[in-house]
Amino acid sequence: MQARPAAVVPGARARQAAPARRALSRWLDDRNVLGLAFLLPGALILLVFLTYPLALGTWLGFTDAKIGRAGHWIGLDNFEFIWNDSLTRLALFNTLFYTIVASVIKFALGLWLAILLNEHLPFKAFFRAIILLPFIVPTALSAIAFWWIYDPQFSIISWALQRMGLIHQYIDFLGNPWMARFSVIAANIWRGIPFVAICLLAGLQTISPSLYEAAALDGANGWQQFRRITLPLLTPIIAVVMTFSVLFTFTDFQLIYVLTRGGPLNATHLMATLSFQRAIPGGNLGEGAAIATAMVPFLLAAILISYFGLQRRAWQQGGTDR
Amino acid sequence: MAKTDDTSTVGMRYLTSPMQRLVVLWIPLCAFLFVLLFPFYWMVTTSIKPDAELLQRDGNPFWVTNPTLAHIKKLLFDTQYPEWVWNTMLVSISATFISLFCSVLAAYAIERLRFRGSRLVGALIFLAYLVPPSILFIPLSTMVFKFGLFDTRLALILTYPTFLIPFCTWLLMGYFKSIPFELEECALIDGATRLQILRRIVLPLAVPGLISAGIFAFTLSWNEFIYALTFISSSEVKTVPIGVVTELVEGDVYHWGSLMAGALLGSLPVAILYSFFVEYYVSGLTGAVKE
Repeated sequence: MQARPAAVVPGARARQAAPARRALSRWLDDRNVLGLAFLLPGALILLVFLTYPLALGTWLGFTDAKIGRAGHWIGLDNFEFIWNDSLTRLALFNTLFYTIVASVIKFALGLWLAILLNEHLPFKAFFRAIILLPFIVPTALSAIAFWWIYDPQFSIISWALQRMGLIHQYIDFLGNPWMARFSVIAANIWRGIPFVAICLLAGLQTISPSLYEAAALDGANGWQQFRRITLPLLTPIIAVVMTFSVLFTFTDFQLIYVLTRGGPLNATHLMATLSFQRAIPGGNLGEGAAIATAMVPFLLAAILISYFGLQRRAWQQGGTDR
Repeated sequence: MAKTDDTSTVGMRYLTSPMQRLVVLWIPLCAFLFVLLFPFYWMVTTSIKPDAELLQRDGNPFWVTNPTLAHIKKLLFDTQYPEWVWNTMLVSISATFISLFCSVLAAYAIERLRFRGSRLVGALIFLAYLVPPSILFIPLSTMVFKFGLFDTRLALILTYPTFLIPFCTWLLMGYFKSIPFELEECALIDGATRLQILRRIVLPLAVPGLISAGIFAFTLSWNEFIYALTFISSSEVKTVPIGVVTELVEGDVYHWGSLMAGALLGSLPVAILYSFFVEYYVSGLTGAVKE
């Protein structure tokens, strides 16, 4: 460190300043004061742009705010409206369907991929690296690629299936309600598998191989080893990974926005896209905020179920049950 | 890495035959790789295919017979794509630095200073990470309007840290935890202040963590969609994902070539950054989950 000029200047001013500075530095070394000072920049940003909007959003849900017009308190009117609104109910159904189906398949395929990658493979690091690609590129941009893959006239999937003689007509992936639901779910799964697989792989690598050897010597077959060793030891990580996965799937926005904008016949509208639709292009901020707020209980439930339901086994990692 | 690879093999593997290994390991693995990578291959081939080849139904669509750079040229010279790239760079880098600065201080305070209530703050930070942008964008948009930030890059630079700071803080807390206390104690005995300790001892040791947090923050900002869609309306301040989705899609005729070129070029920066720092990225991802 370079010596500060002020510290080496001899003279009265420096002699006077030294005790004051020492007092200041001692005060700053107090862990409570310093802790607070260190937290300040982050806390300021989070309080202004996260905590306050969270409260503001809830409040907006109880008002009739429009774009460019402050709202008045209207009590539960918005919630009453969305409760009776068939479109919101459809969006809730779509969101639950989307989340449950996508999460279950992501978990199953992700775990499978993780187990495959946990084998002794050549170029393992390379495999692991390219497998994460779908997760790191911008979702909006990969969604455009899926849009092209799902094109009704030029879809490569339809082309390949037709060549194989499996279908006679091109599939309208995004034009038919149920087809569209499964198509967006497929795109979501494509994007989510790498995250699940890589995280579970990290968990698998912490399991000692001697457990499998002991089990194999005792005559356990592959399925029994998986069921009795892999799954229980992996449960804590599965809990965390699936909590995140469910959370991000439930609040998904960009994939739907790019692929279908909620269509056809609102079959793929999720809560998030519907709330955007009502609030920003529709201008009904209060209603949009109410829909967004209505997502919170579901999110909390998802977190509680997947986290506490699966997390209780601290002893499995050498800890103690609290 | 080699060490963990050896220990991670499932025991008794030598009992399986090569044929069995092909069926249960290599075929599924190749299927996974094919599905996960195909959209990228499709992006590349589409972006260099001439329009005539794109719209024909016969011939082999998997191959390009007359590759062309016309789509990329159109994208770079006839659209505002370069400006979107510049905007995204500016926003991502600024948001990343702001978040790293705040997160380093916060993580050090929570993990190492252990001030009164630090555990509670740590838990709150984790909860903040669980708040999804899709329930924040409406109130944030009214705030952005009120502050006069609508349609400015500053709106994005200020709002992106809301999801970056919790993540980076959480990640860095894990790294700081791994630095031995003894180092700090020695420095304290030698008369170093906490700030000096942070700058001279903890930060140099936490460089891998800083890189992880940095590339994560950059990637997350680059990929952000809903805030940029809501807070930006003029083409010249749009980011790449928003620009491609809202400006390149015109009318009913989709210019798939330039759309795919836009998607490809927009993905390249994060893919390149990622390829240089794969290990940091993976350790950041798995570290954040394992905590």
